[in-house]
Amino acid sequence: MGYPHKPHAKETKVLSKYFGDPEARTYKGWVKRGGYEAWRQAQTLAPAAITDLVKESGLRGRGGAGFPTGLKWSFMPKDKKKPHYLCVNADESEPGTFKDREIMRWTPHALLEGTAIAMRAIQAEVAYVYIRGEFTEPYAIMAQALAEATAAGAFGDLKIHLHRGAGAYICGEETALMNSIEGKRGNPRIKPPFPAAFGVFGMPTTINNVETLAAVPPILTNGPAWYKKMSLSNPKSTGTKLFSVCGHVQKPGNYELTMGFPLKDLLFELCGGMRPGRTLKACIPGGSSVPILDRAETEACLLDYEGAVERGTMLGSGGVIVFDDSADMVYQIMRLARFYAHESCAQCTQCREGTAWTTKILERILAGQGKATDLDLLLDLSENMTGKTICVLSDSCAAPVVSGIKKFRGEFEDYIAGKRKPVLVA
Amino acid sequence: MSASARPTHDAATEPYQPVFAGKVLEELQSLLGRYPTKQGALLPALWLVQRQRGWISDRDMTEVAAVLGLTPAYVKGVVTFYTMYHQHPVGQNFVQVCTTSPCNICGAEDVVRALLQATGAKELGATSPDGRWTVIEVECLGACGFATPVLINDDFIESVSPEKVPDLVKRYR
Repeated sequence: MGYPHKPHAKETKVLSKYFGDPEARTYKGWVKRGGYEAWRQAQTLAPAAITDLVKESGLRGRGGAGFPTGLKWSFMPKDKKKPHYLCVNADESEPGTFKDREIMRWTPHALLEGTAIAMRAIQAEVAYVYIRGEFTEPYAIMAQALAEATAAGAFGDLKIHLHRGAGAYICGEETALMNSIEGKRGNPRIKPPFPAAFGVFGMPTTINNVETLAAVPPILTNGPAWYKKMSLSNPKSTGTKLFSVCGHVQKPGNYELTMGFPLKDLLFELCGGMRPGRTLKACIPGGSSVPILDRAETEACLLDYEGAVERGTMLGSGGVIVFDDSADMVYQIMRLARFYAHESCAQCTQCREGTAWTTKILERILAGQGKATDLDLLLDLSENMTGKTICVLSDSCAAPVVSGIKKFRGEFEDYIAGKRKPVLVA
Repeated sequence: MSASARPTHDAATEPYQPVFAGKVLEELQSLLGRYPTKQGALLPALWLVQRQRGWISDRDMTEVAAVLGLTPAYVKGVVTFYTMYHQHPVGQNFVQVCTTSPCNICGAEDVVRALLQATGAKELGATSPDGRWTVIEVECLGACGFATPVLINDDFIESVSPEKVPDLVKRYR
């Protein structure tokens, strides 16, 4: 459902079916709704058979990268010589994204069940659910659900632990997340070695997003063909996805859609369109790290991995940020740059310096002290921040800056030319 | 920084009372069982310190280091990486307001102004003269559809607008 709003007829409710239903949070309530049936089935299957089913479904990672989940699982060593680990990425921090929070708040057992199934598939005996520190309520609900399921003996010998983050966006990057679990600063690691060979505590590890794992139980109970059939456009994008819509729409919230759904319909039908008297100006469809779309691109964009790429952006985490004509794009892009400057782990020079200087130059422009060469300077900086660092935080800062200047250049030039009143003090 | 109601354990004259004793030590021991290395329990151990003390002093870091077989410098390196660990005393009510773009375009900066006024904290990061309030701006709290989310201590409050601020602040008086 379009939580917190009433479900819309055009939604496809799989993950969000029980959002808003407190009884589904309890172990008994979840079992009553058919929960843990997929886990029962999984225990009768060999690990490789579970992986094959997920491969066949076409499920791709919902955290942002869209990597095929079954394929990721298949990278784990088959002949087990060391302990294997599963890390559940519940560090949801990408601006515009708030779907995993809702999964943990309303259907914690869906995540725990998916976790147990994934653990069997990759032969892990321990899983860590890394929940961002600010998610106090989801943490409490997950802890309660885990205690109830464990008391009921649901997971046998499997150990699932919750691990609370402490305020660091970068810990959503998989190698930084593993370092954080090890009790280290959350600096991303150079790859290779990849986690399946050398992950948390140096052991073979798989990292999956909350939404990805929550999608696994219904794939097992309904079969991969059922999941694969849910595709409105490109057959490489299957199933349903939660889209978190925020910003200038009448009804912000989480909407669950079949892959390939038109972005325009999501904004204007399901979310009730813009506020009265306002028009759509821009949209970031996949969390703040993906390029900004202008109005025409937004209206033509289909919500699947390929559809987003076709419009020059990415589906990312499905965090849809909507800007109407009242938005000051220069100011908002500065705010995004400031976000990345604050969250940079400062390991790589391009990122540490690049995010900070990008922010300073944007602040200078907003203070009415921009120079005619500043836009070229920002683009040059962004160029040097893309594809040159250990992780993609630096690239993520460059994406809104480059696409913003390209599509809203006039707004930047107005500040620089003194045609617009400065909004910051130098 | 203004005076806080919290005791500080940095005063060298005061004898140090360990955090990890009695029940808290038992909690730490159960945490240690979750990780294959002692170091793995560092983040949860720091959370325990902050829960007990309200913040994490250098002397607390030294204790954590001793308990987990690390050096105090290493522990400090980790503490300083994560923004939620307080390295200074903060007000009894610690308020975090999201001001990243999605909330920003929905008026988050007005919420910050209203909070600074209603709490008497006056400026970001400072503690109100009565020691009760510290207000900071934070980056994305992950509830963008519920702009503006505000975290007061461990209470996550959705959809705060400037008009709702006076009543909200009264609830924590």
